[in-house]
Amino acid sequence: MKNLIDILELSTEELDELIALAEDIIARPEKYRESCRYKKLATLFFEPSTRTRLSFEAAMYELGGQVLSVSSGSSSSAAKGESVADTAKTVSCYADIIAMRHPKEGAPLVAAMNATVPVINAGDGGHNHPTQTLADLLTIWREKGRITGLTIGLCGDLKFGRTVHSLIAAMARYPGNRFVLISPEELKLPSYVKKDVLKNRNIPYTQTTDLEGALPELDILYMTRVQRERFFNEEDYLRLKDSYILTPEKLEKASKTLSILHPLPRVNEISVGVDADPRAVYFKQVLNGKYMRMALILKMLEVEV
Amino acid sequence: MKIDSIKNGIVIDHITAGRGLELYQLLKLDRLDCSVAIIQNVHSNKMGRKDIIKIDADIDLDMDILGYADPDVTVDIIKDSALVEKRSIDLPPQLTNVIFCKNPRCITATEQELPHVFRLTDLENRIYRCIYCETKANK
Repeated sequence: MKNLIDILELSTEELDELIALAEDIIARPEKYRESCRYKKLATLFFEPSTRTRLSFEAAMYELGGQVLSVSSGSSSSAAKGESVADTAKTVSCYADIIAMRHPKEGAPLVAAMNATVPVINAGDGGHNHPTQTLADLLTIWREKGRITGLTIGLCGDLKFGRTVHSLIAAMARYPGNRFVLISPEELKLPSYVKKDVLKNRNIPYTQTTDLEGALPELDILYMTRVQRERFFNEEDYLRLKDSYILTPEKLEKASKTLSILHPLPRVNEISVGVDADPRAVYFKQVLNGKYMRMALILKMLEVEV
Repeated sequence: MKIDSIKNGIVIDHITAGRGLELYQLLKLDRLDCSVAIIQNVHSNKMGRKDIIKIDADIDLDMDILGYADPDVTVDIIKDSALVEKRSIDLPPQLTNVIFCKNPRCITATEQELPHVFRLTDLENRIYRCIYCETKANK
């Protein structure tokens, strides 16, 4: 595993290995405390982010490594017009591994093509966000004890939601999963994702605009935020941003064993009243993200513990 | 209509009717200093109508461009006024700087020196996608 740009670069066997490694890190954290000593992670974040950058940095610190950080495009040479390729070549001289977030789609791939150290895509615009999918998969695994045979509802912005596309692509490779796609008409899953990932492989799915109607049949509900930064037109954003709001009242119709996930940050699509519900696991998901990033860093640096 | 036959050169045959001029431009045939004929709307038993391009010189044709733009064409190599070779065209697995990504969110939109690379992702439906942002190429 030289780089991780798209979740589909990982086979299901590799995903299973990462999950097993993350489980071992959770069970025996002391074993890994010095595993990346003298190794440096560069977090190059050219787009605002709190949790992903901190999660990567916390992951590296917990492995005993160190972190070099660029936390916005304006504080880096990118502001002077440096290309992604040159940035990647330069940072390769300082760090052992790079995690990059960039507003432009494909920027981490360009970095990976030019860096001499492994590159992890930490989110490229509305395109890919593979480590969020790793967090989602570990959360589903830990909550359900399996990642097969599940009915997964995805709700909100299914058009621009990169986490949604990656999760569907990853879960579609495991047997017995079916998808319920819940969104307003304007934010439906793009037809190419439906065709390439679901239809062509005979993966069962339904589409609806009705969240409450779909709730009773779901094992997993993956809520998403309508992201202002993905719209060219503010009017469209304002019209669609409150399409779905999950409340304790709506959840009365849901299964007792439902797990509610959200890639965060949330705005108002999950009311704060839901947080106390044991089915709400989105903050556990944040923690799981750190463990999966630890597992990923270990694998990519080929550190044997 | 009579068009002179060529002695040494290339005939691109079975071009989808109406696409001859586009192929001429994509292959940059306007830069040649030999005679080039674009014949449009020729009767064809196989296709109904077709376009043909005749090039009066033995040049290196970019088969990738040809394969992407119109993969059903055939290329006839003419030597001493005789057909010596008939080449069929395959869809190229990858194209560099033939088609250009129009997605404003793609890294190629801001980094002008990056090559625009598209990969064949669906052979059956002849779909190419940008390697950076996965946007589908529109012909």
